[in-house]
Amino acid sequence: MEIQNTTVNKQKNKTMVKSPSLWKQTYRRLNKNKLAMISLFFLLFMFLLSFVGPHFSPYILDRTNIADMNQAPSAAHWLGTDNYGRDVLTRLMMAGQISLTIGIAAMFLSIIIGSLLGAIAGFYRGVVDMVIMRLADILMSIPGLPLLLIMGAILSEWKVPAEYRLYIIMIMLSFVGWPGLARLVRGQILSLKEQPFMLATEVLGLSDRRKILHHLIPNTVPLLLVVATLNVAGSILSESALSFLGLGVVPPTPSWGNMMDAANNFMDFRKRPWLWIPPGTAIFLTVVSINLLGDGLRDALDPKMRR
Amino acid sequence: MSETLLEVTDLKKYYSSSKGMFKKFGDAVKAVDGVSFTIEKGEVFGLVGESGSGKSTIGKTILRLHDKTDGEVKYKGKDVFSLSKKELRHLRVETQLVFQDPFSSLNPRIRVGDAIGEAMVEHGLVSKQEVRERVLEVMEKCGLSPFHIDRYPHEFSGGQRQRIVIARAMALNPEFIVMDEPVAALDVSIQAQIINLFSDLQRENGLSYLFISHDLSVVEHLCTKIAIMYLGNIVEQASKEELFKNPMHPYTKALLSAVPIPDPTAKRERIILKGDIPSPINPPSGCKFRTRCPMATDLCAEKIPDYHDAGGGHFVACHYV
Repeated sequence: MEIQNTTVNKQKNKTMVKSPSLWKQTYRRLNKNKLAMISLFFLLFMFLLSFVGPHFSPYILDRTNIADMNQAPSAAHWLGTDNYGRDVLTRLMMAGQISLTIGIAAMFLSIIIGSLLGAIAGFYRGVVDMVIMRLADILMSIPGLPLLLIMGAILSEWKVPAEYRLYIIMIMLSFVGWPGLARLVRGQILSLKEQPFMLATEVLGLSDRRKILHHLIPNTVPLLLVVATLNVAGSILSESALSFLGLGVVPPTPSWGNMMDAANNFMDFRKRPWLWIPPGTAIFLTVVSINLLGDGLRDALDPKMRR
Repeated sequence: MSETLLEVTDLKKYYSSSKGMFKKFGDAVKAVDGVSFTIEKGEVFGLVGESGSGKSTIGKTILRLHDKTDGEVKYKGKDVFSLSKKELRHLRVETQLVFQDPFSSLNPRIRVGDAIGEAMVEHGLVSKQEVRERVLEVMEKCGLSPFHIDRYPHEFSGGQRQRIVIARAMALNPEFIVMDEPVAALDVSIQAQIINLFSDLQRENGLSYLFISHDLSVVEHLCTKIAIMYLGNIVEQASKEELFKNPMHPYTKALLSAVPIPDPTAKRERIILKGDIPSPINPPSGCKFRTRCPMATDLCAEKIPDYHDAGGGHFVACHYV
């Protein structure tokens, strides 16, 4: 009896030393990746700039001021003003808010649609799988950008008000984004389904809903996290491209893409680089950072990389 | 005693091994080929055989985790394969399975407490408020400490994980548990602890087990009745005392002679079988064991031996007993 007690105590002591959680371990490994950490901090900076920055700006977003038209960067206007006399820095920050929001919202939407449909397809197989995956195949076999262009043109044709276009763009982007995700999640679910712990859920008589939402999808989270990160970059790029072409977010709502539209005008392009260089740089650096962070996350979450 | 809990009659489970484009029917793997046995309430029924003899397939088929090919499985007098959805849910509460591998049978992303408690909530056995208390109760019974409740499975050793798996099964208060080689993945010192836990739980709760194992010493310790399987068939079945004292089938004799005795001076006759277990796709004609049997004759190749009572509930399938 005594021996048993001491072994129990020993076990207690051993388990008392808290082993770091999965997330902590991941963060620790991510921390070793300098590029990914720089990217992470840059992104945090971008978020602060976009979401907190405008509150510190002395200029009102859409206030036009003919007297201040097309000024070069100065102490009063750090990034100059545009052809309506609006402060470019303030617009850049607001545009960042919109571009980042669209990117992230479109990502969340495609993650939700993609992982649910993918999980359902992988879990039930058969006809359901067939229908969902063929739908995904069809969407994937149409090049994304032309499809978005067509949809954007239809929106312009219908004269959708500028404030609503924002939300419609999010939906459009996720509509194009979900098939790849669904395919990825389905593949994961197919292999997870054969694990003994899924047989255990069958023995316990759990409902299909519980099996999918509580047992299968949580196991795909590391993968989803990486794909989601990279997806944000893709969404920001697509949104910028559309807005640049005047088919996405339309003025007066600023977005990094439609601010770049200034480069379309020969005079602005030659003489007033402060109009298009800042949004271009913002898109470039944000997308590069997101991709680097995504790569870093993938390495950090890969158990084979553990040292 | 003597209330029949589970009755298996002539159960068959074939897996078709290949269904190519040009071949309509693949060769069937006869994993279980006509097996009959009954388990009484409160009984621990041991199922012994080497790898590939169909033990685990039986365990999973009688719980309706796969479809059967033929035969009948009756739990409490009801055919398991014709249960309605509602009745099947009920069966899922009353019967449980403990897995061989405690590492892959726990979801790495679910906390121990949730893994044990979720089925209780799912089946409406306890309310959401009470579940934690019940989980702690079950954990204590299975030798886990209360502070384990919020941990993830990867923080545990093999023996503790197996305790979690057992607690998960016990949480629903089942009447019948299939133990699919529950100690095969553990080291010997932990095996003893877990086996003692099994017998304690069995005695306290009046459970019935189907205990699948390839380790005769484990089975001897725990079971009341034992069946020996070879290539999809039961070759011999008797009470534990009878089987160990008076093995009749040549295969059982060979198995028993292979159990190590912790006495280096003890002399005994070892029966060493030649060759490997034949492929279940193309089993030998007549008696399936004849290719490795030391007493095989021409009769064995021609005729399938009857599974008959050799006296006192000792069943055996051999022409020469």
